[in-house]
Amino acid sequence: MSFLEARSVVKKYASQLALDHVNVSVPANSIYGLLGPNGAGKTTLIRIINQITGPDEGQILFDGKPLKSSDVERIGYLPEERGLYKKMKVGEQALYLAQLKGLSRNEALKKLKFWFEKFEIQAWWDKKVEELSKGMQQKVQFIVTILHKPSLLIFDEPFSGFDPINANLLKEEILNLKKEGATIIFSTHNMGSVEELCDNITLINNGKSILEGAVNDVRQRYRQNLVRLDFAGDANHLKAVMSEHHEVVEISPLNGYQTALIKMSQGSGVNQLLALAIKHCEVHGCQEILPSMNDIFIQVVNQNK
Amino acid sequence: MSKISLILQREYLSRVRKKSFIVMTILGPILFAGMMVIPGWLASLEDKEEKLLAVVDHTNLYTDKIQNTELLKFEFLPVNAESDLKSNFSNSKYYAFLVIEDDLLKKPDAIRLYSEKQITIDVKEHVARSLRQYLSEEKLKSFDIEGLDAIMNEMSKVKVDISTIKLGGDGTEKQSSTELAMVVSFVFAFLTYMFVFIYGAQVMRGVMEEKTSRIVEVIISSVKPFQLMMGKIIGIALVALTQLLLWVALTALILFGVKAAFVKDVPVNSMQQIEMAAGESVQIESTGSFDFGKIWEMINSFEPVKMLLLFVFYFIGGYLIYAALFAAVGSAIDNEADSQQFMLPVTIPIILSLYVAIAVFRNPMSDIAFWFSMIPLTSPIVMMARVPFDIPGWQIALSMFLLVAGFIFTTWFAARIYRTGILMYGKKVNYKELWKWFRYAGK
Repeated sequence: MSFLEARSVVKKYASQLALDHVNVSVPANSIYGLLGPNGAGKTTLIRIINQITGPDEGQILFDGKPLKSSDVERIGYLPEERGLYKKMKVGEQALYLAQLKGLSRNEALKKLKFWFEKFEIQAWWDKKVEELSKGMQQKVQFIVTILHKPSLLIFDEPFSGFDPINANLLKEEILNLKKEGATIIFSTHNMGSVEELCDNITLINNGKSILEGAVNDVRQRYRQNLVRLDFAGDANHLKAVMSEHHEVVEISPLNGYQTALIKMSQGSGVNQLLALAIKHCEVHGCQEILPSMNDIFIQVVNQNK
Repeated sequence: MSKISLILQREYLSRVRKKSFIVMTILGPILFAGMMVIPGWLASLEDKEEKLLAVVDHTNLYTDKIQNTELLKFEFLPVNAESDLKSNFSNSKYYAFLVIEDDLLKKPDAIRLYSEKQITIDVKEHVARSLRQYLSEEKLKSFDIEGLDAIMNEMSKVKVDISTIKLGGDGTEKQSSTELAMVVSFVFAFLTYMFVFIYGAQVMRGVMEEKTSRIVEVIISSVKPFQLMMGKIIGIALVALTQLLLWVALTALILFGVKAAFVKDVPVNSMQQIEMAAGESVQIESTGSFDFGKIWEMINSFEPVKMLLLFVFYFIGGYLIYAALFAAVGSAIDNEADSQQFMLPVTIPIILSLYVAIAVFRNPMSDIAFWFSMIPLTSPIVMMARVPFDIPGWQIALSMFLLVAGFIFTTWFAARIYRTGILMYGKKVNYKELWKWFRYAGK
């Protein structure tokens, strides 16, 4: 069942069509990647879901019902362009933002205490925001975003500004949130993290959704029958044998072995290829190569220019 | 609604706790009180030294005709003392010496005043006045008029003392002081003017801060942009009222304290000072005794309660109508340097209304006065200037109604620009762009 659904959403700005009948269906309790080049319309869609702006046409269904204004209390949003009041104290500010999301003061205080302890940042409570580094501020923002235990979380480039250690901490927290039942929309240009975290994706380009589905399905759909073969033996001989049936993309030495990238011909499988290879060399490893989300992103966007 | 109050609280507390607010709140009254007290204090510092002047009169016509005063004494010396004085003045006991060489009726410039130090204007005036009086009396006598003394005696009794009396609707008479009413209303109008500028700019800066620090997107994912804007405007309005109240209370306290310390000098001087500030001089009997009862009666004559209520209404209305516009300007720009082009159309009506207000004092019932006290952008200041002149009730009611309508309109207008503006980054904005934002009817 989808927790959030955008149905044929259209949004026009003056002369430009920001979203052109976009359909998105986010399954409950999953991590959903919203991908696309800069200016594709991701932020517009996210703003519509957050009711910062409204759609010109179409509808958003939240938890099965049309989105209503009180739903903002069930959504947590970490925008890409994010900031805090520089002159305000960290704790005071976190309390303020939590109360704006509908938490009572006491509740917010209790929860903030928990999270500040968990992230080991209690000492920041009485500091002014301007005294914190950018990464520290991001941590505070993350806490404020998830504090009210929203059932839908929207992260727009959450990892920007974090060092690898803190990025990892964040990743774990995001996975934890999913485990606790939250539905997460995740917008990023970091394709590595998409493969790692996302269950499903939509790729938006020029206001249109041009690719969608489960991450694994998408990668399968774009697979090019590429196989990586690690072997020891005569490279030229193998190349000659293989070229009779398949296309050898390249062979290069690797850690004392040879490694060949082979594009299999239509209709043949890995087993057939292995059977052939075993006769002519010593096989040390074999793996089908699925295209990375990065490659798919570039390919699909270029096709849709 | 509770979210607006949260925003309002933050806006209010974060400003009231600022050092600059506390400093201004304390310095303001000291400054005001100083403006009222210092001229009086300076006047009390006037030269108290006794001065001795020598007079050498070649004509012998004017001996003893210059009167001694408390601080100025004149000694009439023989003619031959002149050269002595000139050559050896520094060792003499005189502050200055006066030489009269000829009949002043025939030759008015035959008189000189010598000194080492610059002669004060008081001394010069005193000499000139004494001689002028003496000479005009001499001239009169030369006409040989019968019973001249009696005539002169009668002449000195002539006096004009106009009291302005306001007639109440029920025929009761009240003593009024147009000047005092004008002073008070001008102070009110000016306060409105000042606060609109100071706190309007704060609204603008506040909006800009939220936009440039990029916190705005986080906040408007929790509340509506309109709630954020109104929370800010009202929060800052409360800061303004707090400051106003503290200023009035502290100024009164300081004046009261100073008055207790220096007793009667101060109130007279401070009253005169207010009037001078308003560009109007009022004759207040400077006998030293100051009749508070009379002043109170004057104040009462223009209904202080009504005036105060109107002031509060126009003060708040004036602030609100401009604050929304300032918020729209703040939402359109990324830094203060860009604010100029959009500030201008907002500030012109404020400045214009102050000029009109000054003109209104001369003719409070003119067409200009009427129209500018109706137009919502100028009425807060212009109407305050007209209030003391007993203008018809329907005009005040209409003006108040139009101000409320105007406030609703500018807020609606500004909110449409604000809503789009706060999310626009790095775009060079012009009026065409603003108009597009305004026209843009998205929800």
